[in-house]
Amino acid sequence: MDDNLLLEAIERYLSGDMNTAERAYFETLRKNTPEIDQMVVEHSMFQHQMDNYSFQYNLKQNIQEVHSKLLERGDLYEGGELSKKGRVIQLWNKYKRVTAIAASVGGVIALIISGLAVYFSPVVNGNQIEELSKAIEVIKRNQQYQGTLINEVKSKIPENAKLISGGSGFLIDVKGYIITNAHVLKGSGAVVVNSKGQEFNAIIVNIDTDKDLAILKINDPEYEPLRNLPYSIRKNNSDLGEQIFTLGYPRNDIVYGEGYVSARTGFNSDSLTYQVQISANPGNSGGPVFNNNGEVIGILSTRQAQAAGVVFAVKSKNIYQMVDELKKSDTAFEKIKLPVHSTLKGVERKQQIIRLEESVFYVKAFRK
Amino acid sequence: MKKIFLGLFWVTFALPNVLKVQKVKADTNEQALLKGLANNDSKAIETIYKDNFTMVQTFILQNNGSYDDARDVFQEAMIALYEKAQSNSFVLTCQIKTYVYSICRRLWLKRLQQIGRFTNQVDNLDETVPVEDDLELHEKRNAEFAIMDRAMNSLGEPCKSLLQGYYLKKMGMQDLADEFGYTNADNAKNQKYKCLLRLKKLFFSQYNIGD
Repeated sequence: MDDNLLLEAIERYLSGDMNTAERAYFETLRKNTPEIDQMVVEHSMFQHQMDNYSFQYNLKQNIQEVHSKLLERGDLYEGGELSKKGRVIQLWNKYKRVTAIAASVGGVIALIISGLAVYFSPVVNGNQIEELSKAIEVIKRNQQYQGTLINEVKSKIPENAKLISGGSGFLIDVKGYIITNAHVLKGSGAVVVNSKGQEFNAIIVNIDTDKDLAILKINDPEYEPLRNLPYSIRKNNSDLGEQIFTLGYPRNDIVYGEGYVSARTGFNSDSLTYQVQISANPGNSGGPVFNNNGEVIGILSTRQAQAAGVVFAVKSKNIYQMVDELKKSDTAFEKIKLPVHSTLKGVERKQQIIRLEESVFYVKAFRK
Repeated sequence: MKKIFLGLFWVTFALPNVLKVQKVKADTNEQALLKGLANNDSKAIETIYKDNFTMVQTFILQNNGSYDDARDVFQEAMIALYEKAQSNSFVLTCQIKTYVYSICRRLWLKRLQQIGRFTNQVDNLDETVPVEDDLELHEKRNAEFAIMDRAMNSLGEPCKSLLQGYYLKKMGMQDLADEFGYTNADNAKNQKYKCLLRLKKLFFSQYNIGD
């Protein structure tokens, strides 16, 4: 019992529960009795140990509780079976933050994209739609009109006529006189097409099969005569090696070719023609051969089979002879005036061609 | 279009700032966590647990340990961290993660050595901080805890429960009297002192030897 009282006193002393008088008494007692002093020291130490023990004990309990709780929630894994809670719930607990972030990022992106779509999509407006339909009406009407025009153009070759040959030709007089090869005009009639695709009716004025030349006259109200021809027609012979070029219609488009005079005579020493080195194809027949100064020196007519680039051109002086004969035979043709001055001298080739183009025609011959 | 570009720029420039803020925040967070741990706050314990346990578990499992070993080691490290946080001189010089890992690593290597299973497989490349001094203190505390625990457990009932109620659960004398069937608080108090005397005897018999 004494021990109990003493222990209680020591406890109260250490915890500061004693009043001043009691405390003073206890302190003198402690000073005078070494045993009591030692007990106080001992108990103070024990108390400290007990405090530590208590806290650590509670901490351990708490940690263990947390451990069990986390294990139950699936935040921890210790092998064996997963806790009783569903795997889905565990996954949700584990990834709900990631899921939330992903969802909000997705939402923001969706908003941005829809915003962009609204921003960039054209504003639809009723009036404009109406106008558009009107525009379509206009286009329709234009197309119908164009359709009738095309039909008209087609009618220039008589309906039952059969196209039998084609070639090239060029103006020798702005009034619509065109020279071409006689062999081009195998049929009974002809139309000529300019480089823009316009077709004109033409009548055959004269054919000279010896010279292989023919003269056509455009007989069409749609034809607007040129003011003058940019080239001249040479009266005398050309020299060997003279640079030449040609324009013609081996296909529906006008085609340019380049070469040189390679002989003073043609096939089998024919003195009416030159031999020229140039690339020529069927359809080039009747096309003009120009020199660099823009003078017509000949008319392409034939080529030698099995010899590439060997082409023959009718000499230009034959045109003069033919026109002169024509003038003599019929006074109606007295007014034909061949061009004698070239305005193409020293002009760049591209410019020459631009100016020559409109004088070179595609000749289509047909038979009824 | 302009708006979007502005948005992009904002993200680019804002990012480093966010990181900085987070780092500062993390530091204050860790301080708060340690404070919570020192006060035996469940929330703080839970956070520290979540942030670090898997890492320690992986380490233990990779080095001949079991799930139970991992739990023991980690919980001991939590106690060590608590002791560290409690000491007045304590300054956090590294992240909690690094500290916990260092403690666990040291503890586990020691245990492996004790059972003679030490292998050189433990890789030395991880970031650790020196924890030898802290562990020495921790072991002393551990030993003291073990002595008190043994003394408590050899008391026998009802002394053990009575003292546990008083010292661990911090129950008042009246509550104890009610719970243990004493007629009044004074009786309970007398009983408590009797038990305490016995406990002290048991404790000091061990403690003095250990000293």
